[in-house]
Amino acid sequence: MDNVLLARSLFGSSMAFHIIFATLGVGITLMILLAEIMRLLKKDEDYGLLAKRWTKGVAILLGVAIPSGTIVAIMLSLLWPGYMEIVGQVIALPFQIEIFAFFIEALFLSIYVYAADRLTPTMRIVSVFFVALGATASAVLITDAHAWMNTPRGFDYVDGVVSNVRPLEAVFNPSIYVTAMHVIGSAYMTGAFMLASVAAYRLFRGGLTDRETTYHKKGLMLSLGVALLMSFYTANNGHDTAIMLHEEIPVKLAAAEGLFETQSNAPLAILGTPDPDAGRVVGGIEIAGMLSWLATGTTDGVVQGLNDFPQDEWPPLFVHTLFNLMVGIGTALLGLAALYWVIWFLGRKKQKPYPKWLLGALILGGPLAMIGVETGWIFSCTGRQPWTIFGIQRTSEAATNSGNLGMLFFLFLTLYISLLVLTGLVMHYYFKRNPVTHELEQPLSTT
Amino acid sequence: MENVYIAIIILWIFLFVYAIAGSIDFGAGFWAMFYRKRTDTKAASIANRYLSPSWEVTNVFLVLLVVALVGFFPGAASSLGTILIVPFCLVLILLTIRSAFMVYSYSVQKYTNMLVIISGVTGLLIPALLVSILPAAIGGFVETVGDRQYVLVNQLFTSPTFYTHIGFGISTELFLSSLLLSDYAREANSEETYHVYRKNAIVLGPITLAFAVAAIFTLIPEAFWMFENMANEWLWFTLSLLAFTIGYSALWWPSKKVSIGQPRVAVLLIALQFGLASFAYGSAHMPYFLYPDVTIYDAFTNDTMFQLLLIGYGVGMAVLVPIFIFFWRLFMKDKRYLKQEESH
Ligand code: HDD
Ligand code: HEM
Ligand code: HEM
Repeated sequence: MDNVLLARSLFGSSMAFHIIFATLGVGITLMILLAEIMRLLKKDEDYGLLAKRWTKGVAILLGVAIPSGTIVAIMLSLLWPGYMEIVGQVIALPFQIEIFAFFIEALFLSIYVYAADRLTPTMRIVSVFFVALGATASAVLITDAHAWMNTPRGFDYVDGVVSNVRPLEAVFNPSIYVTAMHVIGSAYMTGAFMLASVAAYRLFRGGLTDRETTYHKKGLMLSLGVALLMSFYTANNGHDTAIMLHEEIPVKLAAAEGLFETQSNAPLAILGTPDPDAGRVVGGIEIAGMLSWLATGTTDGVVQGLNDFPQDEWPPLFVHTLFNLMVGIGTALLGLAALYWVIWFLGRKKQKPYPKWLLGALILGGPLAMIGVETGWIFSCTGRQPWTIFGIQRTSEAATNSGNLGMLFFLFLTLYISLLVLTGLVMHYYFKRNPVTHELEQPLSTT
Repeated sequence: MENVYIAIIILWIFLFVYAIAGSIDFGAGFWAMFYRKRTDTKAASIANRYLSPSWEVTNVFLVLLVVALVGFFPGAASSLGTILIVPFCLVLILLTIRSAFMVYSYSVQKYTNMLVIISGVTGLLIPALLVSILPAAIGGFVETVGDRQYVLVNQLFTSPTFYTHIGFGISTELFLSSLLLSDYAREANSEETYHVYRKNAIVLGPITLAFAVAAIFTLIPEAFWMFENMANEWLWFTLSLLAFTIGYSALWWPSKKVSIGQPRVAVLLIALQFGLASFAYGSAHMPYFLYPDVTIYDAFTNDTMFQLLLIGYGVGMAVLVPIFIFFWRLFMKDKRYLKQEESH
């Protein structure tokens, strides 16, 4: 592999690793906050127990989220010095403010975890609130840098020299709003579906006491409430994101949809592989006019195709599949959450257990949402190729020219795989050793 | 003062804070390992209790440092990156393993032993790797061929200043952490642990000083320009020596709470000493990031961005300082936390 490709692989896999823990850090802290609030409102200690056990999970996850974030932050400078040279002059602000968000999150998390027994109930809510706020803010801020890479603004760039810098224009670039909301919405959605998966798994396995069943059902309901809201929001806002692409980065939308010819009444292609020789997506389903309608609001709208752009500015065409996966998962999970509430509504009088197939599907929900996040991100970053800063700097110009990347790639990959396995094992042992039955039997103590 | 000097001073402050916080954090990890078999003192558990809530916060300082560096000096990224990529990536891997096990052992008891070893060993390796960057940046160890830069690893490894720097890094780390832990043990009313750490500090103080002097003198053959600059900073170095002397002697001052010594005074003065010395070392390094190719002037960002960043740090610090104080009181002062028999 050449140096640039190695740098891309090393950075991409590091991001893909970080995002697993980061997304859950954002999503689950929101759920903990909601559980603490429910506990206060309903005076129901089951919610306190949910919050406590979820916190345990988050504490384990953050043990990996924080160092993996440290890795990507430092790698960004080490692997992409050309990119950082422009970032430092134009969009250093979100990176800087993000640090303060991290501080707030890390400090309050330590307070919430290590000093829980010394805090009043209100102070506990205040602490988790700041943890959730810190996580969400750091996601918004880093997404700002990412949005700016898609729609770079706020500077002039002539012959490799940055001038006339307008930092606020860079921060409030045209895609930040939709992109940040999409990232946050999908993170909340993923956190909620993950917790729903856990609860559904317990209910699916059966053999629970009535007390345990009620407890897990509360967890399931709270999670799926958030999951329904957020998957609706994410899908709707994903549509706005696609419109943003249509207006700002048409070549990315064209690659996502495998559209070669600029046309009105453009079809939406689902599945299949884009084939440049045939000039269309082969082996997929096409819905006539749908893409024009989605991107412009009418079937007459003109959508630009790949052939409008020089071929060396096309992203790799496999992004079509990544995009399909994300949208497919989004649609399926929205349906699943809605279905749950229909079944809940029909059965609410009779206290019937949930059907097994529903619980089975819900178990898959969390992992699927995570795949949605991964494919969405890889789509977004790979779909920007060959540009690192769209239209300004190519990836090859951003990359480091230092050697040794091959060895480092191997080392980091080994590290990521081992940590994924270990973290899974630790979670498994911890929750097996400390089953919820024990804690349900005793009054809630907050150690 | 010129903007570029304000920026480099802010950077130095972050570096200083990370060096102190990191020394204490990694040092605590080492002491927890060192005393793990001793049952007659609480030295290991005191070190561990200090470590649990503090590592995340220390870690953010590392990120802060790097982000501030590329924010203020974006032009330094590419040439510094070449020297830094291997040591920094190794540090990152070690840090990740360490943090992960910190949390694993908090959750699953059977990892506790492994954690103690991992955090002890990484507690020495990480600072050593980080400090090894210093001699590499002094110059003479980087060769530029075409548009690529290479670190002359063989020359670096055979140079005495490389080893004196590392020796200095590790002894400072252990010295500072002993001092802080002795203070911490005193807060926790654990007198015999206090004496264990006080004794360590007494032994390590002169060793640290000796390494510091050796590090400076081994610079002469490698980087005479820097040695000359240092001679101009003699005032700072003298003050630093003074702070050391007073701080070290505080270990024998009479005290009301323990039989002998004022560890709080000692920690503060030794930190001051370290601050003065590192400031002098840094000034002597100016105006180069990487001698002789990269100066702080070449690498500096534009003035608009600089001003915004400055405002950002001002506001950020104003928000954070009260939270830090709250945090400090919760873990360093609260008797209920300090005195728990069993750390989580
Ligand atoms: C649970 C995860 C999830 C789900 C269900 C969806 N998305 Fe998404 N999507 C993301 C998670 C995500 C993401 C990981 O958060 C991305 C990657 C980069 C970004 O800004 O957000 C993203 C990016 C992203 C982009 C590219 C933005 C860019 O490149 O700048 C578009 C056009 C969409 N999404 C559209 C949709 C649509 C129409 C969905 C319909 C259901 C959808 N997404 C569901
Ligand atoms: C949009 C994708 C991302 C999301 C949602 C996200 C979110 C998070 C979250 C929730 C954490 C845990 C924070 C804590 O407890 O302190 C975290 C850690 C971190 N992330 Fe990310 N992150 C993303 C991408 C990135 C990128 C691209 C970088 C590199 C610039 C980065 C840098 C960091 C750093 C440095 C940390 C560790 C902070 C610490 O030391 O506490 N993140 N991230
Ligand atoms: C957290 C989820 C993310 C994932 C999974 C991800 C994934 C990737 C992948 C796979 C690549 C390589 C692209 C290719 O060469 O085909 C890449 C490149 C890159 N990404 Fe992202 N990314 C994420 C978020 C971000 C964010 C938030 C930023 C903004 C700071 C960012 C900045 C970059 C940069 C600078 C590159 C290298 C240059 C380039 O290839 O264009 N990434 N990322």
